Amino acid sequence: MTFSGYRRPNGSAGTRNYVGILSTVVCANEVADEISRRVGGTSVFLHQQGCCQTPVDIRRVNDALTGLGQNPNLASVLLVSLGCESTAVDEVSREIAASGKRVEQIVIQDTGGAARSVAEGVLIAQDMVQEASMMERVECPLSDIVLGLKCGSSDTTSGLAPNPALGVASDRLIAAGGTSILGEVTEFIGAEHILATHARTETIGEEIIALVRRMEERAKSVGADIRGGQPTGGNIRGGLTTIEEKSLGAIAKGGTAPIEAVYEYGERPGVTGLVVMDSPGREPEILTGLAAAGCTVIAFTTGRGAPQGFPFVPVIKITGNSVTWDRLRDHMDLSVSAIMEGKEGVPDAGRRIFDEICAVASGKLTKAEISGYTKAMDIYTIGPVI
Amino acid sequence: MAIDALMIHEGDNVATALRDIEAGEVVTVGLGTTGHEMKIHEDIAYGHKFATRDIATGALVLKYGETMGRATSPIGQGTYAHIHNIESLRGRGDLEKGDMPA
Repeated sequence: MTFSGYRRPNGSAGTRNYVGILSTVVCANEVADEISRRVGGTSVFLHQQGCCQTPVDIRRVNDALTGLGQNPNLASVLLVSLGCESTAVDEVSREIAASGKRVEQIVIQDTGGAARSVAEGVLIAQDMVQEASMMERVECPLSDIVLGLKCGSSDTTSGLAPNPALGVASDRLIAAGGTSILGEVTEFIGAEHILATHARTETIGEEIIALVRRMEERAKSVGADIRGGQPTGGNIRGGLTTIEEKSLGAIAKGGTAPIEAVYEYGERPGVTGLVVMDSPGREPEILTGLAAAGCTVIAFTTGRGAPQGFPFVPVIKITGNSVTWDRLRDHMDLSVSAIMEGKEGVPDAGRRIFDEICAVASGKLTKAEISGYTKAMDIYTIGPVI
Repeated sequence: MAIDALMIHEGDNVATALRDIEAGEVVTVGLGTTGHEMKIHEDIAYGHKFATRDIATGALVLKYGETMGRATSPIGQGTYAHIHNIESLRGRGDLEKGDMPA
């Protein structure tokens, strides 16, 4: 099976063909956003990082921006920099260019303020968009798809319908040679020993358990116990009995394929198949992490209706809640609520999700892309702002 | 087929109510697109679970075909399964000396 995608110089395949406008520091967001607003065919990534942070976090910002720039959904990249930030802008630029795509820079302090930078950036971006418009979709194998898995604003339906169905879709993609990335390490808590049994090797299983332990330690370091009080009182009132049950419902979206590797936040998988990536569960950070890791489509299950997508990666919203489907039509792409009514089995719903992933990979727009609900993103950092 | 409760995996011994169920009702428990009837002996609220077969004290409670906890008292088929008769096996300092299911 194939999809219709954009073949990039480094051999990867994109599902979109945007010119990426990437802000390299929080202070450059205004200019990056304005350039993108004035040039159709661009997609802007804004965030709150890039300065006054620990070296570990600055390294993360560099890596994340590099990964985002290298994402196959971008034809070329314009980096918008302030000039004095900690982000290693030249290094990021070089590494994105190494993937074979055009990279340009605008430095606000060198160009002479926001107004001049916007004007100059618009001209550069226009040229890049025209160049990108000459690229055509070509037939690509499904093994080129890197799928991000995410759930948010979950409710009782999430663990029963969309998550197991997404697991089926992910298994199908992997059977076709593709890759799925499962993040949200916080949601493994309580079921990490079960997830570890899905690992290809014992060592990978141990890495999964170590990842969860590290996430817990981070919480403990600020005096919080995230395992304590789980499931929450609200969860228990909703019918969830144990933390295992809650986590099993979340990891069901990973399907049954063996876990082939464990990666750091935003790290590009070096293997195909199902992989685990360190990331928190919150939308702005995990969506960025998935995009930085090279995801070209993200499947996002939701119960009550999480609205956001990502700037240049299509995010497919799938719900098993018929009320959410009716009320949030401008955010939801697919309903699997028929599972909740006994009218559709999980395998059939999973096939529909898989078909939707293929259609979106070939160019079908998601609601989040159409509405442009994609601006409030961020990069996951660990240390304090200093 | 209209269903009243959902079993996710054929190996599971609990099902989730998809509507408020009253004690004494005979309900249809769906598994995929198949369903079977079962008499329910206690009130089960939407989103809450009941046993689909008898679960003995100490036996593992299975959902998604995986272990979600252990029965702390017998849970009869068609009776309410929740925190009053199921315990977690994780995050338990008192269990962290290797008392985990294989």
